[in-house]
Amino acid sequence: MISKKILKNEERAVLALRTLYRKHGYLPFKMNKFEEYDFYLENRDFLPGDKIVTFYDTNGKLMALRPDVTLSVIKQSEDIPGVKHRVYYDEFIYRTGRHTKRFKEMKQTGIECIGDLDLYDIAEVLLLGADSLAKISPDYVVSISHLGILDSLLADTCTDDSMRRRALSYIKTKAAHELERLCHEHKVPEEKTQRLCKLVSLYGDLDSVLPQLEVLCISDESRDGLKEIKIINKIIASTEHRDKFVVDFSIVNDMDYYNNLLFQGFLKGISENVMVGGQYDRLLEKLGRESRGVGFAVYLNKLDMLDYDKTPKGSLDYLILYDNEEDIIDISARSRQLVDAGYSVSVQKAIPKKLRYDQIIDMRREKN
Amino acid sequence: MVNVALPKGRLGEKVYDLFERAGYSCDEMHDKGRKLIFENMEKGIRYFWVKPSDVPVYVERGVADLGIAGKDVLLERHPDVYELLDLALGKCRMCVAAKADFFDDGEKTLKVATEFVNIASEYYARQGRDIDIIKLHGSVELAPILGLSDVIVDIVETGTSLRENNLVITDEILSISARLIANKANFKFKTKEIEDIVNLMRKQVKEND
Repeated sequence: MISKKILKNEERAVLALRTLYRKHGYLPFKMNKFEEYDFYLENRDFLPGDKIVTFYDTNGKLMALRPDVTLSVIKQSEDIPGVKHRVYYDEFIYRTGRHTKRFKEMKQTGIECIGDLDLYDIAEVLLLGADSLAKISPDYVVSISHLGILDSLLADTCTDDSMRRRALSYIKTKAAHELERLCHEHKVPEEKTQRLCKLVSLYGDLDSVLPQLEVLCISDESRDGLKEIKIINKIIASTEHRDKFVVDFSIVNDMDYYNNLLFQGFLKGISENVMVGGQYDRLLEKLGRESRGVGFAVYLNKLDMLDYDKTPKGSLDYLILYDNEEDIIDISARSRQLVDAGYSVSVQKAIPKKLRYDQIIDMRREKN
Repeated sequence: MVNVALPKGRLGEKVYDLFERAGYSCDEMHDKGRKLIFENMEKGIRYFWVKPSDVPVYVERGVADLGIAGKDVLLERHPDVYELLDLALGKCRMCVAAKADFFDDGEKTLKVATEFVNIASEYYARQGRDIDIIKLHGSVELAPILGLSDVIVDIVETGTSLRENNLVITDEILSISARLIANKANFKFKTKEIEDIVNLMRKQVKEND
């Protein structure tokens, strides 16, 4: 039996999440640590960050350390009517860190659902995302956005690609004041400007946001998106997550690959998102596939920011000191007795500089 | 408790005045001492003074829920934060300046001295102009005078410093002012408190106009 105290936050999470995903019919997916570089090169824009660790294999082929899991899962799935390929994974990925700009090994777990999907599958994955956060901490929030709605309002407002790019950068930062300036610069009618600015400023639980969305969604495409959100809201309402969802249109991802529902998860005490997910039908379309796809990843390496246990790591219950004259049979018996009673013990001849311990048993002194 | 990172200096003092008028006062803030952290438990607010260019770091890392940073710092660093309000304080311009007799005929690589490498690079990239960036940490006006660069990209408030060094503005890149920024994750857990502050600050900004 492994003591919970010994497990790191990410290890506890992996155990809980593996059980959760299996219960919902997701099968484990194990993949190679590296793939041929060309495989990633063709879909480079889909990958977060623009750097990949590469090396030459013994046969001269340029290989890459896996920067992403979704593409590998897609490769293994098939387009069969009515069939859904459901997998979960916990794997290391290799990307550059946002702050250090150097390569990092990151532990990630998550699920991918690829195949003949409908709104049931989208909602299932979204709820599993919320379940995943709930397994880690009771203080979580899931933000959802709908790219169909956002795309429709942007198409109605932006006169060219450069304006659209700038608008998206302001939407990501909720900078409604900049968005308003941009629209005025491009002489966008006031009604359309205000509609886009309102969408960006919208934030809150689904019940309070939906009536406002009703007013903002006037095109057919945005009404379709609204319809989906309403159904998802009804599904969420019957779960324990009903108070944990918020609508936030500042969640934006590459619209060449993602579509419709996007979501992110946050845990209190961690200063950035710990879960990212959404639909990627457009990526599959680009790859010439007929399937649709949805999934999410939980960034386990970020969980060490959570303070479950305030006890400093590395602190032991007992330190046993002995010298060469001590009977090692006695030392061994004493040490095992404590371990069997559930304590952590370090046996030393001198006190190591960086060792923290609660109690000391000095067998040298006991002898005298 | 909402944690606010204020930029040390004149701008930070002006911004604190705005917070005070919005109802988030903290009497100790007026004491001239070396203390860096001040809080008003009753109002649920804690301020700390940090170096202006470090404000986005404190906010992005979540130590501060809110912070005040110049648009120049935000464009230079691209921190992953929300930019909730233009406070219309600390207004200035990011400009290109050169010696009065300088003419860019476009035939050779333009040497640009600046503290704002990303802003300058992005500006010239949009124009497709080939440049050689020279990163400096201060007294940028010296660069064209001593022949280190052809032009400078720098913040211009009144233009006095440029005039005194016989430099003229050749282009204006963008207008700058102080922005209220927020940590994206903390916003999710302190939504009501942060939105209240933003709404009250917005009122103050409008009254200032």
